[in-house]
This record gives sequence, structure tokens and C-alpha cells, in this order.
Amino acid sequence: MKFLGFIVVCLTGALLLYGTGQFPAWGDPGSPASTHLSNYYIEKTVEQTQVPNIVTAVLADYRGFDTMFETSVIFCAGLTCFLLLRDFTEKKERFYRHRPTGVILHVKDSEKVLKVGKEFEHIDKDFVPSDLIIKTVCRILIPFIQIYALYVVAHGDFSPGGGFQGGVIFGSSLILLAISYDLKTLVERIKEKVLGIFAAVGVLIYVGIATICMPMGGNFLNYGMLAPLLPGDPRHVRALGMLGVEIGVGLAVMAVMAIIYINIVSEGRHDEGL
Amino acid sequence: MTDLLPLIVAKYNYWLYVILMMIGLYAMIAKNNLIKKVVGMNIFQTAIILFYLSIGYKKDATLPIVEVGHEGQEAVVRALDYINPLPHVLMLTAIVVSVATFGVAMALAVRIYQRYQTLEEDELRMRLSEE
Repeated sequence: MKFLGFIVVCLTGALLLYGTGQFPAWGDPGSPASTHLSNYYIEKTVEQTQVPNIVTAVLADYRGFDTMFETSVIFCAGLTCFLLLRDFTEKKERFYRHRPTGVILHVKDSEKVLKVGKEFEHIDKDFVPSDLIIKTVCRILIPFIQIYALYVVAHGDFSPGGGFQGGVIFGSSLILLAISYDLKTLVERIKEKVLGIFAAVGVLIYVGIATICMPMGGNFLNYGMLAPLLPGDPRHVRALGMLGVEIGVGLAVMAVMAIIYINIVSEGRHDEGL
Repeated sequence: MTDLLPLIVAKYNYWLYVILMMIGLYAMIAKNNLIKKVVGMNIFQTAIILFYLSIGYKKDATLPIVEVGHEGQEAVVRALDYINPLPHVLMLTAIVVSVATFGVAMALAVRIYQRYQTLEEDELRMRLSEE
């Protein structure tokens, strides 16, 4: 099997490399990919949408349908992780740790969560006291990562950035919190329901903005029709429409990243994990 | 060999993409462990991303953010000065979708491990035939 696979791979690679010989030269401005549609985007974007970042304009405006369904693909991925893994049966075996002394209480068979005082904390089975340096550094770092993520979303029209990137950065800050402290800290801060609602609301914002354009007299996703609803210069209405859409994308991506991470590391029980 | 080398140097990024893609394809075909297969799929996707970005490149061009103030002084934008934005748009969404599909693949792997206590394909096939 391995040998057969190797032969298949070599043949395919040789075929692809043979095809490479016919490609246009590296960086050739006259290559077919750079001559037809992309020139139109580059020359007309600022004039038509007032958005300097062409990538964002193409992503959220010219190819808005594509991005809408990409967002729903991501939503569906989060939903799939939830449906495949989520396990609502609680573990009966619990561990509590007395904070001042470090004595660990092992409860083997309890139906309910024990009511313990503030001196005890509910810990994981393979509990390792977190490192002070790592905890402190992450505690300082996480707010800055999140502000940077918000900047990337909000400034996506004018500089590199956008909803997908900002959402991923924000999601990674949540994952960093779960890694540096423990999973319970993250799940307590952001409830599962809130994450699910965020993911759905993100997609809803996108589709909602696209749909509002229809009663205003335009086509689906034609942000130009939003002008009566939005303050400011009517020429910038497309930029504002894109910003709204990007916020929706960012919300959905952020929530889905966290949902995927929490479900996979805890095998769906949301109690303990990485 | 003498005439092959300039050919490689002229299009080295396309060669790299083919090599990366074949590494990923080989991992998907020949590896026994499901996680390794998924990692192979990710390498494959990375190769596609490299390929698209190579297509979008133009010599002496900068990244596709137009250098005009957004108060709209109509400067002439020349297409030659900016690299092709379309592959970047496509790959931007492809990266995030690849992360999402990776998550789904991991979730499936966790389920398979919970049920069969293994991720090796031959052992899985054995357990399936036992049932």
C-alpha cells in the first residue's frame, strides 16, 4: 500500500511539474490571472465603494454571497462539533482542593455537586498547580490581544484585517485563557449558551444586513441601498455595510473557534481538559 | 540537468507547492493513523494556498490597499502597481474554513477513539470486522 501510494504520488507530482512548465513567468503582470477581473477590482474599488483595502471590498461586497456561505460553513462546523461531542452526563468522581493547605478531597460517587466553602476549589483529576509566571503573563497579555482583535475587525476596511482575522485572534485569546488557567475558568467566563448565541447572531447579522437591502429597494447584499438608514456621508455607506458584515463574521468565527476548542479538549463534557 | 536548474529557479515556488502537495497527498494515502491523515490534508491545503498566492503575485507591485485618503481625491489607480487581490480573498476564507474542517475532523477522531479505543486504521478495520 505504501509503495503503491508512493508511485501514485510520484506520478501525480511529475504530471503537475510538467504542467508547471506551461505556467506564465513568476510575477508576470500579463498573466491570465492578473489581466481580466482583478484589474477591474483594483481600478474601480475606491471609486465605487470608498474602501481602500481592495481585499476587504472584494470579500464583503463584490463576492458577498461567497463570504456569506463561508460564514455559514464555519457556523455549521461549530454545530457539528457540538452535536458530535457534547456529552451532558456529569462525571460522578470529583476532586476538591483545600486552597490554604493543598489537601485534596476525592469524592468517588456524588450525584450532586458538593456545596463547598470558598476555601475549596473544584479541580481536575490530573491537577497541576498552574505556574505563576505563565498565569501572570497571560493575564496581562489577553486583554491586549482582545483589543488588537477588535482593532483588526474595526479597521478592516482601511488596513490589513477583517472579520475572519479578528475573529480568529479573539478566539485564540479565549483559548490562551483556557490553556494558561484551566478549562473551567473559560467556561465560567463565557457560558456555552452565550457562545452558541454569538455564533448564530454573527451569521444573522450578515444575512440581516443583506436582507435589509431588499425592502430598501435594492438587491440582496446591495449595501448602497442602506444610505437612508445610516448617518454620515452617503458615499461611505458601502464601507459601513461592509463593517457591519465583518462584525458579524468576526462574532461567528470567534464563537466557533471557542466551541470547537472546548468540545474537543474536554471530549464534550466541558469540565476538564487541556 | 543543466537546463532543468534554470527552470526550477525561475518557478521555484510552483515546485515547492507541488512538493508540499505531494507530501500531503502521500500522508493522506499511505499513513495508518487518522490524525496523521488529517495533518496530511492540512499540508495539502497549505500547498493550495501557496499556489494561489503565487498566482496573485506581480513584480514591482505592492499589497492591494490603495494609497488614497478616503476623502476621495480621485487619484488614478494603476492595476500594475497592486498585486492581484482575488487569490488573497479566496485564500483568506479558505484558511478559516480549513481550520473549521480541521476541528470537525478532530471531533470525528475523538468520537472514533471513544468508541474503538484506537486511531490506527488497520486496528479499526479489525475491530469493525469483529463486531
